[in-house]
Amino acid sequence: MPRSTRAAPPASSLRALLENIPGFLLAAAPLAVIQPILGHIAAHVAKNRPELFARLGVHARKRFLIDPTDLPFVLVLSPDNKRPQLRAYRRYEKPAHHAAIAGKFMILMEMIDGTLDGDALFFTRDLRVSGDTEAVVALRNALDDFEGSALDSVVSSFGPLAKPAALAVSALRSMQASHRHA
Amino acid sequence: MTVQQRPASVTLGPVLFNWQPEKWRDFYFRIADEAPVSTVYLGETVCSKRAPLIEPYYAEVAERLQAAGKSVVFASLSEVLSRLDRKLAEQICTAEGFLVEANDGSALLHLKGRPHHIGPLMNVYNERTVAFLAGNGAQNVCLPVEMPASAVGALCQATRDLNVSIEVQVFGRQSLALSARCYHARAHGRTKDSCRFVCEEDPDGLELSTLDDRKFLTVNGVQTLSYEYLNLLREVPALRAMGVSRFRLSPHTIDMVEVAKIFAGVVAGGLGVEEAASRLEAMKPSAPFANGFYYGKPGYTWNGASAV
Amino acid sequence: MPETYTRPELVCPAGTPAALRTAVDAGADAVYCGFQNETNARNFPGLNFTPAELEASLGYAHAREAKVLLAVNTFPPAGKFDLWRDAVDIAARLKVDAMIVGDIGVADYAAKTYPELRLHLSVQAGASSPEAIRFYCQAFGIKRVVLPRILTVAEIAELHSEIPCEIEAFIFGNIGMMAEGRCSLTNYATGLSTNMDGVCSPAADVHYEDDSEGNLTTRLGPFMIDCFAGGENAGYPTICKGRYTCSANTDPYYAFEEPISLNLSALLPDLMKAGVTALKIEGRQRSRAYVKAVVAAFRKAVDDVMAGNAPALANLLALTEGHRETQGAFRSKAWR
Repeated sequence: MPRSTRAAPPASSLRALLENIPGFLLAAAPLAVIQPILGHIAAHVAKNRPELFARLGVHARKRFLIDPTDLPFVLVLSPDNKRPQLRAYRRYEKPAHHAAIAGKFMILMEMIDGTLDGDALFFTRDLRVSGDTEAVVALRNALDDFEGSALDSVVSSFGPLAKPAALAVSALRSMQASHRHA
Repeated sequence: MTVQQRPASVTLGPVLFNWQPEKWRDFYFRIADEAPVSTVYLGETVCSKRAPLIEPYYAEVAERLQAAGKSVVFASLSEVLSRLDRKLAEQICTAEGFLVEANDGSALLHLKGRPHHIGPLMNVYNERTVAFLAGNGAQNVCLPVEMPASAVGALCQATRDLNVSIEVQVFGRQSLALSARCYHARAHGRTKDSCRFVCEEDPDGLELSTLDDRKFLTVNGVQTLSYEYLNLLREVPALRAMGVSRFRLSPHTIDMVEVAKIFAGVVAGGLGVEEAASRLEAMKPSAPFANGFYYGKPGYTWNGASAV
Repeated sequence: MPETYTRPELVCPAGTPAALRTAVDAGADAVYCGFQNETNARNFPGLNFTPAELEASLGYAHAREAKVLLAVNTFPPAGKFDLWRDAVDIAARLKVDAMIVGDIGVADYAAKTYPELRLHLSVQAGASSPEAIRFYCQAFGIKRVVLPRILTVAEIAELHSEIPCEIEAFIFGNIGMMAEGRCSLTNYATGLSTNMDGVCSPAADVHYEDDSEGNLTTRLGPFMIDCFAGGENAGYPTICKGRYTCSANTDPYYAFEEPISLNLSALLPDLMKAGVTALKIEGRQRSRAYVKAVVAAFRKAVDDVMAGNAPALANLLALTEGHRETQGAFRSKAWR
């Protein structure tokens, strides 16, 4: 009955590299490089999970600021089913939004992936919510109905690049798991 | 299509707070002698531990009220849990010679097949529930305080062929919640079993304020009420037109005879609503008025005539 | 000599079809859920099932020998009864394993129209005494009562001998302080009713404010419910878990209850001995991650008890409100 256990932790050198991804790689990466990846993610989810928009209802037209507090940029998600967008901004740009969700990158990732509970993260103050709380609850619930792993789905959608991406995600997960249990 | 017009009257709900027994008795003596109310509900609805305090005075109070031409209805306990609660509920419901108002499901079992009333602490929100309870013996239903006017109107419309009169609370703090835990005892670092009747210190309840010093709620033992006093005086004519025939006042330390006179004047039609409203406002109860539930708005809010 | 028990049903929450599948896969014997409207007490944005989703979920659960219970457990105000009647009609047509009802009118409609539809009495009906439970059993043929979270284990054992139906009791999750189905606090502050609209502290009226010093202030409508210092564990802004002052307590105190969750894992054998045959986990509004962790932990604990072993209890504290847990009313009367 239990699902297959996850990949073994990667070699420590890879892990060290991944631990530095947020600060080192992404900080240096111009938004222009990140943006096409984000655009692909938004389009993929919109195409494959139309029911997500039904769950969002009126909130699909709102702008959600996703703020990974340990990264140098923020994301704005507009889940509108006709033209879903996921865009990156430098934090100082303070993009307009209806609701904001802030937390460490790994925490946000695991919550989106259904492996961490959003309420529990809020209780421990690892997650901060501001603005239109109802929109945030609707988004959380809509994402939580995503079958299986949202990240796996997005990763496999990258085609030839899927393998290295999957490796990176699984390494990130192991890293996060070991952090959590430390 | 004519709305069935039952004779309208003002009623007095049970004292919800822990008043000194002699004060409790004298309050009802004065009501008997002076207050223009048709029905008086007697009994301890909040806490079974308090019930023995007033029991010695039931007989003389009921006699005095009846001698003054008022109907007496005994109200049953609202939260029935312990052996003591259950015994009290059964005693009240099986008492001979009096009507009983049911405030919880256990009373419905005891009263099945006998004429009785349904209290505002029971969840009666729709016509199907009223019809079922009428079949069980209910003759009068006091609706939950949170019912908006739209639902009150629809319920009256749909139940007018049943032999059930509809009652609505129009004055006094609004009961918002019941619990198994006693919050009066908790405020004093005690438990329900070790309370030493500390609720007697607050004859209109213990007021809670938020962290930014805004008055919010009122604690009365296991019951939580609004801070504001419900005031549906201006809404009486509209309620009457819907088919509500009984208008309930919930007792406080404020002069309830005067409150009853004001409401009775409006219900009977002899007193203008605006004059009555200014008389009531001049009495200056210890907290502001509210009427939000009626308008489908937050229950703490006050909606002026423009909200109608 | 190990005790012998009747195998209890583990009843688990599902806010979405994905959560339902997660619960079934994690070992739920039954899953409870609701429609996307005010006919159930978890009417939250983005949550719950369409009739088509319920139908598909029934297929998934039944193929794995799990039951699906539908909560139609709020109170229809006059003028809106049709919405609840439709919910009952759909439940009967899709053949849910049981429907959980709270309103007398809804129970009456269901019992008279669909006598074959199994009815459970919701905790929202607030039936806390044998007499109240017997009333509902006689009137509507109720087969199981979900007990309010206010009885001690000893009281449950006594009650068991006095009622003609099965007992379902909460064992884990959010613990409301007010008698269920008898609380208008949310409506008082927001204009939306727990009983009529199926909401408690609706998100649209919830506001969080983080200040520069790391304090988190929570509000419901205009009312400040709590303020947590930086690093202090937080709770939902529900009125019954807020901090207030009064004449007897000029320092802020939790007038009703602290942010805390119910966890009865240590009392499982006692509950099973007391005659509880269905063990309920709260949390339809929680995530799949919560459902998976809690259901798996209790599946293992119940199986341990059935095998005559002491239940090995996983640490679920990480999922609890305020990171604190309690046995609530179940251990002793001093809780009251």
